Amino acid sequence: MTDVLRLENVSIEYTNRKGTMRIVDDVSFHIAPGEALGLVGESGCGKSTLALAAMRYLPRGMRVSKGRILFDGADLATLDDAALRRIRGNRVAMVYQDPMSSLNPVITIGRQLVEVPLLHGETDARKAHERAVRMLHEVRLPDPERMMTRYPHELSGGQQQRVVIAMALMAEPALLIMDEPTTGLDVTIEAAILDLVRELRRRFGTAILFISHNLGTVARICDKIGVLYAGRLVETGPIRSVFGTPAHPYTNGLLAALPRIEAGRTAAPLRPIAGTLQAADRARTGCAFAPRCSFAVPALCEAAPVPLVPADGAGQLARCARLDVVAAAVRGERHAAHGARLAGDEADAPVLLSVRDLSKRYPVGGGLSGGVKGEVRALTDVTLEARARRTLAIVGESGSGKSTLAKVLSGLTEASAGEARLGDFDLGATGIDKRPQDLKRRIQMVFQNPDSTLNPSHTVEHAVMRPLRLLRGLSRSAAKAEAARLLEKVRLPAEMLRRMPHQLSGGQRQRVALARAFAGDPQLVLADEPVSALDVSVQAAIVNLLADLQAASGIALVLISHDLALVRHMADTVAVMYLGRIVEYGPADAVFAPPWHPYTAALLAAVPRPDPDAPEPSIILAGSMPSPLEEMKGCPFASRCPRRIDGLCDTTPPPVRTPAAGHDIACHLDLDTLPATL
Amino acid sequence: MARFWAKQLANMAITLFAVSFLVFVLNELSPGDVVRKIIGPYATQDQVERVTQQMGLDRPVLVRYFEWMGNALRGDFGQSLIYKRPVAEVLWDRLGNTLLLAGVCFAIIVPFSVFLGVLAGMRERSWIDRSVSVFSSVCASIPEFAMGVFLLAIFVVGLGWLPGASPLRSGDGWPIWTQLVLPAMVVVLYDSGYLIAMIRTSMVEVMRQPFIRTAVLKGMDFKSVVLRHALRNALIAPFTVILLQINYLVAGLVVVEMVFAYPGFGRMMLEAALAKDIAVIEAGTLVAVFVTMMTQIVGDLGYRALDPRIRL
Amino acid sequence: MSETGHTAGQVAPVDTGAVGRVATTSVGRLLWNGLTISPIATLGGGIIVFWALMAVLAPVLAPYPPNQMDPMALVDPFPSATHWLGTDQLGRDMLSRIMWGARTVLIVAPVAVLGAAIIGTLLGLLSGYRGGIVDTIVMRVGDVLLAFPQIILYLIILAKFGASAFNIILVIAVTKAPIIARIVRAVTLDVKNRDYVAAARMRGESTLHILLVEILPNARGPLIVDFFLRLGYTTIAIGVLGFLGIGLPPPDPDWGGMIKESYGLIFVYPHMTLIPAAAVSSLVVGFNFLATGLREAALDD
Repeated sequence: MTDVLRLENVSIEYTNRKGTMRIVDDVSFHIAPGEALGLVGESGCGKSTLALAAMRYLPRGMRVSKGRILFDGADLATLDDAALRRIRGNRVAMVYQDPMSSLNPVITIGRQLVEVPLLHGETDARKAHERAVRMLHEVRLPDPERMMTRYPHELSGGQQQRVVIAMALMAEPALLIMDEPTTGLDVTIEAAILDLVRELRRRFGTAILFISHNLGTVARICDKIGVLYAGRLVETGPIRSVFGTPAHPYTNGLLAALPRIEAGRTAAPLRPIAGTLQAADRARTGCAFAPRCSFAVPALCEAAPVPLVPADGAGQLARCARLDVVAAAVRGERHAAHGARLAGDEADAPVLLSVRDLSKRYPVGGGLSGGVKGEVRALTDVTLEARARRTLAIVGESGSGKSTLAKVLSGLTEASAGEARLGDFDLGATGIDKRPQDLKRRIQMVFQNPDSTLNPSHTVEHAVMRPLRLLRGLSRSAAKAEAARLLEKVRLPAEMLRRMPHQLSGGQRQRVALARAFAGDPQLVLADEPVSALDVSVQAAIVNLLADLQAASGIALVLISHDLALVRHMADTVAVMYLGRIVEYGPADAVFAPPWHPYTAALLAAVPRPDPDAPEPSIILAGSMPSPLEEMKGCPFASRCPRRIDGLCDTTPPPVRTPAAGHDIACHLDLDTLPATL
Repeated sequence: MARFWAKQLANMAITLFAVSFLVFVLNELSPGDVVRKIIGPYATQDQVERVTQQMGLDRPVLVRYFEWMGNALRGDFGQSLIYKRPVAEVLWDRLGNTLLLAGVCFAIIVPFSVFLGVLAGMRERSWIDRSVSVFSSVCASIPEFAMGVFLLAIFVVGLGWLPGASPLRSGDGWPIWTQLVLPAMVVVLYDSGYLIAMIRTSMVEVMRQPFIRTAVLKGMDFKSVVLRHALRNALIAPFTVILLQINYLVAGLVVVEMVFAYPGFGRMMLEAALAKDIAVIEAGTLVAVFVTMMTQIVGDLGYRALDPRIRL
Repeated sequence: MSETGHTAGQVAPVDTGAVGRVATTSVGRLLWNGLTISPIATLGGGIIVFWALMAVLAPVLAPYPPNQMDPMALVDPFPSATHWLGTDQLGRDMLSRIMWGARTVLIVAPVAVLGAAIIGTLLGLLSGYRGGIVDTIVMRVGDVLLAFPQIILYLIILAKFGASAFNIILVIAVTKAPIIARIVRAVTLDVKNRDYVAAARMRGESTLHILLVEILPNARGPLIVDFFLRLGYTTIAIGVLGFLGIGLPPPDPDWGGMIKESYGLIFVYPHMTLIPAAAVSSLVVGFNFLATGLREAALDD
């Protein structure tokens, strides 16, 4: 049988004024009918470019400079426009990252779906309509007939992605290309979409090219995997071989850099991959990974192109000149004992921040701008504590209120009720403009987005020196000297001070942000998703740095994150939030062990694990979080809870169960019936 | 919907009030000037005071303003000094002429700019895009008086194909429609230059959106992608600006009307301003601002109709 | 969408998406990039430099004083060896008047636009950052100003207070300021929610510092492009005022005024009208080309 998609030694070049750059270099792979291949790699590795090349839809300035792309045995380059149109949407279809912008905002869902069969031979509009309704049903969207008449903005992100998948499957294509289909979706929504993809694959037998930066999602979907680095395929093979016995140092590095949910709090620090991908690495004749590789030997790795050679596992290939050495070293390391990190006792960790019944509501609509008047309940009766030298993690999906909590603590907004005590101050009632300078010094924040954390108009020096001047009252010259010392603390060379943010990588910018946050010698640092926008290999280094800074300064760290594996790695105490309320709160070891709140259980089950043999999640949450505008009589989770007790959960607020001292679960289920398995 | 209209009407009333009051105060705060304007510079101070009293101009400005407003609401704008007729008569007369020219221009400008703007924007940086962009940029750069002079030199002085003046009388042997050609050409070229650039920018922006890629990768041909998926999106942002051209076409044609001696609204305003014919200025401003407000409301409505994301 | 309430005036939609990218280059870099990368910007820049040289060197280069009449030339006012571009209907040398006219427009237009930019920027920053009632008032007043058809506003004010360079500058600055205020407001609304502004607030920076140091520099890209566009429009506006007879008082040369005085003679002496018309058109083309090229180059980077 011919492969659905076959790439033979494909290179893709991008040309602009400044010259020509190789985006993809000598990539070969093939996908048989019904097979699922995962392409993984970090940003800039060329994975999305490959997806577009497989549709022959490269952006302006890019072209396939070498090799062939065969679809159903036909060379895409030889097809004319008409032939190409017959394939696109019909034999091969695509699902994109960011479903919202992939759907036309001014056309109804129905019309966008019906277009597909009408473009590919269907002449009967009624049949096309019926087919669309059936597909919406297949992707498990409620009330498909009504869905047909709605506009994309009226749907939630998860629903939009289901529509895009339905659209892709309209013509029952032989190949489905999915480019980061769950990136940006909440973890429970992601789990539901992945579950849907698996099932649709079983039902329709569609081959899949699955592109992702997330090793966990690939493990859930794919049979084969290809690891890309700097446009080159560095390792490929059956998914179990590659995850079981990774051969290439880069694959090894990626897997070692990932925090694991099954590892405990005292596990060893993560092992980051040194350095970052430099533009010049793409042009190397030898191994592009060599500059970051601890096994690299110039004579072997850099002199000549390194070919893909067979590795340990069956069908596993790796592009490495030192496979044997790497394999031996990795085997040795796996047996090495992990250095344990001690938590220390409570005595050296006094309570620093004490939050009691904190609520935040704000009005929306009404007024001149019109709209329905209402009140968003962003936070309801939040109670928790943060201790010096300890990490408190707030976990939850978007809309859970975790960022609002950070905003209240940082003073960017004020609470409506309750208090948040830090020393003599009630942070909830003291907006940033009312805080004395010393209080400002004591609370600092690290933001999520490395693109907007630094002002693009000012140098790194500005970002680091201003807080030194304002919070520590240093003179210009003293601040200058101190700034250099601070950079050293976050392991950046002092000459970075003169750089502009756009000259820095995302990881470097986040280091500067850390330097800025620690400049005033704070007591409490709020870290709002500090690494979620970074590549895995960079993430690990920032996480370790944050841990080191905390150990050195003794700050209380409030970590806001949706990433449970990261939380497992970093947190001492965990608060699980849903719809503005804390549903489970306690020491990390207790929260991550049964019994769980049903929502915590669903979250844990949803986490994609980089392990192809991990069990399929047994709990898939349906629906999405209700609107925070609704008045909540009972348990906030009642509408989606698989263990809901009708007539009780949706009408009566849940009692607090206490499996152990300091571990609270707000649920109507009693201790014996709370979920204990995933 | 009711909320929308209430808001729009309130907005309109407030703006009309603010504008008319401003103009009224600017012109009539010192009644002496008004009287001098009427009875001439050689009148004695005594005469001036008597006339001021007779006309009730010695009353507070607010009282006079509301009186004037009340009359204006009944369609009575007073008497024009320079035209020696009731202001309303002159106003409707001139406005009619301007609306004729404006209507012709608008009917050409909109399809012409949408067509060229979309054509240029659908393939960014193609030769079509480059040529249309340069064309529109040059058109928008040549002031109406210069464009008028150039066209006059070519079609009237050089070729003798068209009349050099457009008094809207057929006495000189030129049918009325020929008198509209040159003024319309100047307006269309100048105004389209601006609109084409706008629509092109919006189209370029839309063509970069991921949903265009979705449409192409469905197997749709480029023409259908442009017409079915891009066009409506590309018109959302420029829509209000397109409608705003109506303001320019009604109140801003003074230059073209001067170049071609066209008896329009703008020229009336200029003549009134130069002669300090206050009644005409006030009435004309009111009408011009009213037109602006109306186009804004229509623009808002159309904007909402084009974009389902905006709810009333 | 409260923004949709403010729709008056000819305002191109603000491309705030480009803000971040544009802001990463300094003003000098932006200009340099534009001029070297975009041929259209180079052409526009060339035209502007040409007229700027003409204006600066007018006292040195102009063959005659601009208001000196040469009765002998009236016999044959067409271009000749003594008057390269001919003379006008009063026998004044066209070349000299064009050069001196460039001086007028190249002083009045930039000063007026700069005035508008300063007023508009301050109001836009305040309006966008503070929001609430300040925003409503600033935007409402801007709406009222823009609801006036601009040309009628000029007519009323200049007819009332008389046409002088100062009044023209004032009128243009006041009427253009609301448009610039909107551009800056749009950028401010975008930038004020960026994390670096939150960081600045959390370290106790003053509002003034946040507005001028943290936010304003990020608006410079759109502002520079707009500055040149606005110079073009203002050059047109000055020409229009001159042409309508409410511009700078004669006899000093003013391109619009030169056309007004001579266009009755276009059948006999077309050069008297066509030359100033070409001059003003080419200068505006220069401004518009430069703006277009700069925008393109900025987005390219």
